[in-house]
Amino acid sequence: MILPWLILIPFIGGLLCWLVERFDQTLPRWIALFTMTLLFGLGLWLWSNGDYSLAPTPEAGSTWALEFKHVWIERFGINLHLALDGLSLLMVLLTGLLGVLSVLCSWKEIQRHVGFFHLNLMWILGGVVGVFLSLDLFLFFFFWEMMLVPMYFLIALWGHSSEGKRSRINAATKFFIYTQASGLIMLVAILGLVLVNYHNTGVLTFDYALLLNAELDPKIEFLLMLGFFIAFAVKFPIVPLHAWLPAAHAQAPTAGSVDLAGILLKTAAYGMIRFALPLFPEASADFAPIAMTLGLIGIFYGALLSFGQTDIKRLVAYSSISHMGFVLIGIYSGSELALQGAVVLMIAHGLSAAALFILCGQLYERLHTRDMREMGGLWSRLPWLPALSLFFAAASLGLPGTGNFVGEFVVLFGAFGQWPWIVVIATFGLVLSSVYSLAMIHRAHFGPVKTEGSLRGLDAREVGMILLLAALLVLLGVYPQPVFDTSLATMSGVQQWFSTAFSQLASVR
Amino acid sequence: MEFTQQHFIALLPLLIVSATAVVVMLAIAWRRNHGLTYMLTAAGLVLALLSIAPALQVAPLEVTQLLQLDRFAYFHMALLLLATLACVTLAHAYLGEKPGGQGFPGNREELYLLMVLSALGGQVLVSSQHLAGLFIGLELLSVPVYGLVAYAFFNKRSLEAGIKYMVLSAAGSAFLLFGMALLYAESGSLSFAGIGASLAAQQSTVLVQAGIGMMLVGLGFKLSLVPFHLWTPDVYEGAPAPVSAFLATASKLAVFAVLLRLYQLSPATSGGWLNDGLTLIAIASILIGNLLALNQSNLKRLLGYSSIAHFGYLLVALIASEGLAVEAVGVYLATYVLTSLGAFGVITLMSSPFQGRDADALYEYRGLFWRRPYLTAVLTVMMLSLAGIPMTAGFIGKFYVIAAGVQSQQWWLLGSLIIGSAIGLYYYLRVMVTLYLVEPGIRRHDAPLNWGQQAGGIMLLAVAALAFLLGVYPQPLLELAQHAIFATL
Repeated sequence: MILPWLILIPFIGGLLCWLVERFDQTLPRWIALFTMTLLFGLGLWLWSNGDYSLAPTPEAGSTWALEFKHVWIERFGINLHLALDGLSLLMVLLTGLLGVLSVLCSWKEIQRHVGFFHLNLMWILGGVVGVFLSLDLFLFFFFWEMMLVPMYFLIALWGHSSEGKRSRINAATKFFIYTQASGLIMLVAILGLVLVNYHNTGVLTFDYALLLNAELDPKIEFLLMLGFFIAFAVKFPIVPLHAWLPAAHAQAPTAGSVDLAGILLKTAAYGMIRFALPLFPEASADFAPIAMTLGLIGIFYGALLSFGQTDIKRLVAYSSISHMGFVLIGIYSGSELALQGAVVLMIAHGLSAAALFILCGQLYERLHTRDMREMGGLWSRLPWLPALSLFFAAASLGLPGTGNFVGEFVVLFGAFGQWPWIVVIATFGLVLSSVYSLAMIHRAHFGPVKTEGSLRGLDAREVGMILLLAALLVLLGVYPQPVFDTSLATMSGVQQWFSTAFSQLASVR
Repeated sequence: MEFTQQHFIALLPLLIVSATAVVVMLAIAWRRNHGLTYMLTAAGLVLALLSIAPALQVAPLEVTQLLQLDRFAYFHMALLLLATLACVTLAHAYLGEKPGGQGFPGNREELYLLMVLSALGGQVLVSSQHLAGLFIGLELLSVPVYGLVAYAFFNKRSLEAGIKYMVLSAAGSAFLLFGMALLYAESGSLSFAGIGASLAAQQSTVLVQAGIGMMLVGLGFKLSLVPFHLWTPDVYEGAPAPVSAFLATASKLAVFAVLLRLYQLSPATSGGWLNDGLTLIAIASILIGNLLALNQSNLKRLLGYSSIAHFGYLLVALIASEGLAVEAVGVYLATYVLTSLGAFGVITLMSSPFQGRDADALYEYRGLFWRRPYLTAVLTVMMLSLAGIPMTAGFIGKFYVIAAGVQSQQWWLLGSLIIGSAIGLYYYLRVMVTLYLVEPGIRRHDAPLNWGQQAGGIMLLAVAALAFLLGVYPQPLLELAQHAIFATL
C-alpha cells in the first residue's frame, strides 16, 4: 500500500499548501518542505528494506520488489498498477531530494502567490513519481501528460521575461505543445500495441507484463517503437526535437529549472529503459545505431551551442543536451555496464545540473541579470559562490572523483566493446564539455569587475543546499557501488532482452 | 399500426417534453412570471429525464416507421435533456434580476418555450430511422433556434446572427431535402435501412451520389463542418451566451447522433467516395477550425472555431465506423457537451446581469483567478478538457476517438488529429494563462458577488466536478456508452 502513497503525498501536500495560503505566507513553504522530506524519507526507508534483486527479466517475467494493483477502468482492462524495482527507486529518491531542494531554493525567490506556486511544484513531483512507478501503459501516459500542466503554470506565471514581455508565456507554451503533441504520438503507439495484442490474444489490456509477450510483426514493431521513441526524444531532448528546452530553462524560475533538468529529462530516459527497449527489443536493436548517432550529434551540438551562449542559464541548459547524449549512447549500447553507467550519469547529472541552476538562481537574485557579459570579477566580490560554481563546473566536465566521471567513464567503457567508433568520437565530446564549463566560470567569475557595489553573501540555507549536493556528488564519485547494486537487476533484465535481439539481428545479417 | 401501452411508455420522454411545452405556453399566457416559467420548464425536463428509466425497460421498440427507440436513442436523449436543462438554468441566471442590474429588458419567458420545443426536435432526431423523421426533427430543432439566436433583438449583433443563421440554415435544409428526394427517386424508400438495402443491391448512380452529397452538405451546415462553417463564429458571438451554449451542445449533439445512425444503417459507401469525402471534410475541419481559432480575442468566437475542430475529431470516429466507433462517439459527445456547457456557463455568469453585450472579450478575463478563484477553476478545467489533457473528461473522449482511429487504421486522420491538437493547445493555453495574469490598470469585470449561490453557479461547479471525476474515473460513463447500441434489425 505504500506505493500509492508515494504518489498521493505530493498531491495532498500541494492542495494543503494552496488551502493554507490565505492564513499565512510562510506556512505553504513549510508544508511543501515537510511533504518532500517525507517522500524522500519514505524512499530511503524503502531502499533500506526492499530486496532490489527482483526486477523484470525475460525468463522470470515481471517480478518486482513491491507491487500494487487495483482495477481502474474495466472496459479497457486498465489497472492502477504500480510497481517498484531498483531503477524506479533510484529515480524516486532523486525526485524526493530535488523536490526538497526546489522548495528550499524558492524560499526567497518566490514571493507572489506562494501557495499556488507550491501546489504546482508538488503536483509536478507527484506526476513524476507516478511516471516512475506506473506499469500500466495508460496510467503511465496519464501521469506523463498530467505533469505538463503544473509545469506550464510554473514557467508561465513565475518565470522571468528577459526578452520581452511575453517570452515566458511563449516558452511555456512551446514546452507544452512539444511534449503534448509528441505524447499523442506515443498514445497512438500505445493503442496500436494494445490493439495488436488484442487482435492476437483476445485480451484487451494495457498491462506492461502482458504486453511484454505481445507478438509483433517486425514492421509494426518498428513503427510502434518509433512512436515511443519520438515522445521520449522530445523530453530527452534529442537534437532535432530539442528547441523547447533552452527557452523553457531560461525563462523558468529556479525551482522549475531544477525540476526540468534534474527530473523531467530523466523521465524520458526512464521511459526508454523501462518501456521502449523491453517492449520492442528487436526494433530497438535495429534502431540502436541511429539512436546512438543522434546521441553523438546531441553531445557535440549541445556542447558547441553551450559555448556560444551569453545567458548563463541557457548555457547550462544546452550542456544538459550534451550530457543526455551520453545517457542515450549508454541506453542503446546494449551492454549491461553501459546501462548501469547511464543510470549513474542520470543521477549525477540530476545533482550537478540542479546545483548549477540553483547557483544561477542565486546569482540572479544578487545581480538581476543572467547575462554573462555583465558579470565578471565575481570571484573577489562574493564568497563561496564562485568556488562552488567551479566545483560543479568541474563535475560537469567529468572530473574524476565526481559522479559524472563515474557515469561517463562506465558508459564509454561499457559501450566500447561493441561500438568502438562511436565511443571514440563521443570521447572528444568530453573535451568540448571542459571548454564550455571553464568558459562559463571564466566569463562569470574572473576578469575585470563590471559593476560596483557590494553583493550580499550566501546565507546558511543557500550554502547548505549547494554543499549537500556537492557532498552527494563526491560520494557518488568515490563510492558508487550502492547505486550499481540497486540498479543491477533491472539493467541486466533490460540487457538480456536487448542482447537476444542483437544476436538475432546478427544472425539475420 | 396499433398503439399499446408499451409504445406510450417508450414515447414517454417525448410526450413529457411536448406536454411541458404546452404547459409553459399556457402558463405564460396566464401570467408572466420568470421564476415560475423556469421552474415549470426545469421540472418538465427532469421528469422527462426520469421517464427514460421506465422507457428503457421496453426498449428497443419501433414506434411507427419513423422512430426507433433503442438504447442509442435514449443515451443521446438523456444527454440532450441534460444539456437543455443546463442551458435553461444558465438562461435563468442570464436573464434574471440581480442586485446591481435590472436584468433582461425584453420578455424573458418565451426563451424557455423555444428551448423546450427545440429539445423536442432533438429528441425526435436522435430516435428517427426514417428520412421524414429526420427532416421533421431537424426543422423542429432548428426553427426555434432562429428565434433563440435573435432573442436579444434590440442588440444589433444578436439580430444579425439570427438572420444569418436563419438564411444559412434554411439553405442547408433545402439541400438536405433535395438530397432526400434524389435518394428516394433512386431507391424508392425513405427508411435508413431500406435505402441501405436497395442501394447495396444496385450500382450507385450519379443521382445517388448527388443525393448523398447534398444530404451531407445539409447536415454539414448544421454541424458547421468545413467548408460549411462560415456562420459559426458570427452566430456564436451574436447569440446570447446560454443560446450559444445550446447551439454548441444540444443542437449539434442531436444532428451528429442522427448522422451516425444514417451512416451505420445505410452504408451507401459503394466506391468509397463518400468515405474519402468525409475524410477530407474531417481533416479540413480539424485543421481549419484550429487554425482560425488561433488569433481570436473573443472567447465565444474562439469556442465556435474550437467546436468546428471538435466535430472534426468526432468525424474520425464516424469514419472508423466499426468496433469502438459508436461507443467512441457517445463518450466523446458526452465529454464535449459537458465541457462546452462549462465554458459557455462561465461566460454566461460573467455576462449576467444582462448588460447589452456579453463579457466575451478575452481581456475581460485577465487575472480573473485572483478575484474569482472558483469560477476560474471551472474555466481552467474546461479549457484543459477541451485540449484533452489527462484528469479531465476531454482526455477520455480523445482517448476513445484515437482508439477508434487506430483500430480502423485511419492514419491520415490520426495525423491531422495530432497536429490539430497541437495547434489547439496554443489557444486553449492562451485563454488559460490569461486567467492567471495580473497586470496593473486592467478593467475589473466581475460576476455578481453571490454567483455561487445561484442555481447557475451551483450547476457550473457540478459540471466542473463531473468533468474532473469522469477524467479520473470514467468507468460509469463508459458502461453507459457501451450499452448505447443500435437495435439490431
